[in-house]
Parts: sequence; structure tokens; C-alpha cells
Amino acid sequence: MLSQNKTTAFILGYRLYVAAFFIFLAAPLVAAGAFAFNDSLFPALPWQGFTLDWFFNDTEPKLGMFHDDRLLRGLYYSFVIAVIVAALSILVGTTNAFLFVRGNFPAKNFFYIMMVVPLVIPGVILGISILVMASDTANYAEDVWGLDLEFLRPGIFLVVMGQFSFITTITSLVITARLKKFDETMEEAALNLGASRARVLRTITLPFLRPAMIAAGIVAFLVSFENFNTTLFLVGSEAPLTITMYDRMAKVGSTPVLNAVSFFLMVGSGLLALVSILVQRDKTKQ
Amino acid sequence: MLQKDFKRLTLYLLFAPFALWIILLIILPHIGMVALSLREKVAPRVYEFGFANYLDFINEPIYWNTLLRTGSMSLLVTALALIIGFPIAYYIAKLASNRTRGALFLLCLIPLWVSDLIRAFGWILLLRETGIISSFLVWSGIAGQPIEFLYNDAAVIVGLVYTVMLFMIVPLVSTLDGMDNSMIEAGYNLGGNGFTVLRKIIVPYAMPGIVSGCIVTFMLTAGSYLTPILLGGKNSSWFTEQIYNQFITRFNWEAGAAFGILLLLFTSVVIWLGLKLSGQTLANTVAKS
Repeated sequence: MLSQNKTTAFILGYRLYVAAFFIFLAAPLVAAGAFAFNDSLFPALPWQGFTLDWFFNDTEPKLGMFHDDRLLRGLYYSFVIAVIVAALSILVGTTNAFLFVRGNFPAKNFFYIMMVVPLVIPGVILGISILVMASDTANYAEDVWGLDLEFLRPGIFLVVMGQFSFITTITSLVITARLKKFDETMEEAALNLGASRARVLRTITLPFLRPAMIAAGIVAFLVSFENFNTTLFLVGSEAPLTITMYDRMAKVGSTPVLNAVSFFLMVGSGLLALVSILVQRDKTKQ
Repeated sequence: MLQKDFKRLTLYLLFAPFALWIILLIILPHIGMVALSLREKVAPRVYEFGFANYLDFINEPIYWNTLLRTGSMSLLVTALALIIGFPIAYYIAKLASNRTRGALFLLCLIPLWVSDLIRAFGWILLLRETGIISSFLVWSGIAGQPIEFLYNDAAVIVGLVYTVMLFMIVPLVSTLDGMDNSMIEAGYNLGGNGFTVLRKIIVPYAMPGIVSGCIVTFMLTAGSYLTPILLGGKNSSWFTEQIYNQFITRFNWEAGAAFGILLLLFTSVVIWLGLKLSGQTLANTVAKS
């Protein structure tokens, strides 16, 4: 009886702990999101009533995010960068998956570890190392050949390269895991039935990989959108949203418009996450 | 014969993007950074090979103190994340019913979809002097006046544990998920109590997940920039801040590159030690999760 009580108490305590943990997880997000709707100039208590001004109002001092040109420009650059990074990293992630699942070549394990390494290099270091190499190359080209390689100066191209350098590891791992589950007899059957290799790839193998490619693309998009550490060193005049927000926070201090952006981003990435879950769910049905 | 040539051609074509990526974006930049860090400025625009940047690091206690501080606080954050996260991961993987399991796992992932910046911003709103917790304490009469919880080491640690928690829980859940419940039952049937079963069966089984979570957590913490700066304030003295100062504020790229190499070496040594001590490899931990 005593031990029975002890286990129920234990399980109750355990449940409380789990609940407390999820409150801990949610608290800062709720705080960041909720103040977007507070009718006050500062994201702080007391609650002054509900408002949508921080999204839609078009006059200072309560300039809403959809009328704030710098934030909108940041959003636009983030979007462009994230789309390019996602597309490139899916492409290379897919070729990497085929390389490591199908290919036979010496030192395969070593190269596989090389593929994983970018994920464990701190983002700051990826940023500065790529900055250093790009600047060295650009300076060399200018001194020796008199060429002005503008794209190697901090800007969108370098930001894309910096993010691509480690996001490709993520997409490669996701797509590799999926390709490993592929039953190669399906390809053989199609080949025996007279299909060309290109057709087998297009009609059988790639459709099988599609859920993983979409999920990997969404993850790549979000990681790129959120990235700060690598981007910080490579950014030029076209600052993506995280950099713009950080500048705003450092220079102006926190205003509820940042809460509005946070809320907007949370909803946006939540929807994307939902899409990626739905795509993954299809995968299990097949 | 043609078939063989075709296969080789395919292999080369598949290898090309991989090689371009790793060589151009990872290997060459790091070699360049090592080369840059070994340059000494002897006069304006005149450089010589030398170890001056590294000697500066050794001779200036502020620099290596910052690195040691970053390292020890990162280890603390990793340990805390493991201790706090393991019961949660175990609950999700083993105790929750099938339906709640998926929901809880998704709840765990939600903060992952929000950037570091917003998470730190949320903590600022909670912890600062005019923030929610302080206002609540004043309102409820527990505290007589507003309290500043921000800009100290505890705030930095809370923020970092929060930021990296998910990278600890996800690999733990996926390894624990693969564990057969009968193994735990067998442990109890053989007379083990809860603690013995945990120590002798569950933890050894979950080791790849634990190591993988710890590695990613440690690297993310040691390499983090936003959370320590925003929650720790001006005196957070995080090593990445030193790198940023050298690069952007002082425009001393040589020293910045040397600091980057030192951070990389330091974190690599810690991870190498961790792998050796736990008898795991990079391939069966990080690559799997």
C-alpha cells in the first residue's frame, strides 16, 4: 500500500514536472507574441487594452510593421535568401544522398564525416572564414587583374553561401535517411520493363524522395530565415530581417512593433511546420 | 564496359557538388583563416609570418579568461539541459500514450521554429526590471520594488538552456523511442530498483542520443552570440563577442581569425574528449539524429 502511494505520488510529481517544463518552453514565446496586441508604447505590463495598431497603423509613434519600410525590406531579403538557400541545399542534399547511399568509392566514411562536420562548426566561425576567403579573393583579383568582383564583398551572395555551407548538411542527412529506405528492386523492375534510367529516376525514385525533399526544404528555409550568427559577418547593405530586428533592438530599444514581427514570424513558421508534418504523414501512409 | 563508364561518370557527377561545397565553403576558408591568423602586422600594410596574434591571446588574461568562461558556462548549460531534458524525453518516448506522445513532441519543437532573437526577446520581456515576472512580484506583494533579473550570468544560463533544450531532447527521444520496453521490464523482474534500471539499462542504451545531444548543445552554446549579449548585457564576456569586436569594431582581422581558430580548437578538443570518454564516434551520434 505504501509503495502504491509512493508510485502514484511519483507519477503525479513527474506529470507536474512535465507540465512545468512546457510552461517554461511557452513563456517567452507567449510574452513575445502577446505584447504585439497591447495598446501601449512599451512591451510591458500593465495591459492597456487590445489593439492591432502594431500591425496596421500607418503613423508614428505607433508605426505598424506592415508600414515600416525597413522591416518590410528585411522581410523581403530574408525571404529571397531563404528561398535560394533552400533550393540550392535541396539540390546538393539530393546529389549527396545518392552519392553516399548508392556510390562506392574509397574513404567513403571519411567523406561522410566531412559532410556532417559543417553542422558542428560554430556559425560565427563559418561566417568569418567565408568572409576572409571571399575578401582575399576579391582583393587579389583587384590587385592582380584589376577585376572588381563585387559579389565577393559582403552582401546577399555571401549570406547565401554562408548559410548554404551548413544547411546542406541538414538537407543531406534528411534526404539520405529517406533514400536508405528505398527498395532498389523497384528500380530494377522498371529497368527490366524497358524504362530508361532517366525515366526511372523521374517516375520512381524522385517521387519516393519528394516528401523528404519538401520537408528538408522547409527546414532549410526556416533555418535560413532564423539564422543570425553566420549572417552577421557576411551581411552587406541588404540586411535580412533578423539583422534589422537586432539593430532596432540595440539602437531604439524594444518596441511592440518587434512583438508584432515576432508574432507574424511565429504564425508563419508554425504554418510551414504544419505543412512539413502533413507531408511527412503522407510518407508513412505510402 | 559502357555500363562501367556510365557508373563512373555518374559517380563523378554526384561527387562534384559535394566536393565543391566542402572544398570551397569549408576547407579553403578554414585554411585561409589559419593563414590569416599567422600574419603579423609589422608596419601599415606590411605583414610577416608569425605567432603574434596567438601570443597576444596568451599574454592578455582577459582573452583566455573569456574563452575559459565561455567553455565552462557552456559545459554547465549542456549538463543542465541534459538533466532537465532527459526526464522529458523519457516521458515523451516511454510514458506518454500514443496520441499525447506526438502532440508533446510537436510542442517541444515549437520554439525551434522561432529564431534565437525572438526567444531572447521573449526572455528580456519576462526578466527585465519592468518585465512580467518583476511586475507580478510587485503586484502580488512578494517584492517591494521592481527587481532586475536581466544582465547577470543566471539570466544568460536560463536563456541558453532554453535555446538549446530542443537539440538535447530530439536526439534523446529518437534513441529512447527505439528501445524495447521489455528491456526495462526485464531489469525490474531481475530485481533492479528504478535507479539501477536507469543506470544500467536506460542510460547505456540512450548513450548515442545523450552524446549527440551534448555535442550539438555544447557547440551551439559555445558558438552562440545573441543570447549572451542580449541577456548578459555589455559585460557578458562571451568569446564570440571578442571575435566580433576584433573583426567588426577594431577591424583587426588577424586577431579575429586567431580567436576563431582558438574557439574551434577548444570546442573540438572538448568534443573529442567527450567522444573518447563515452566510447562513441561522430558518425553514430550526430549523423544519426
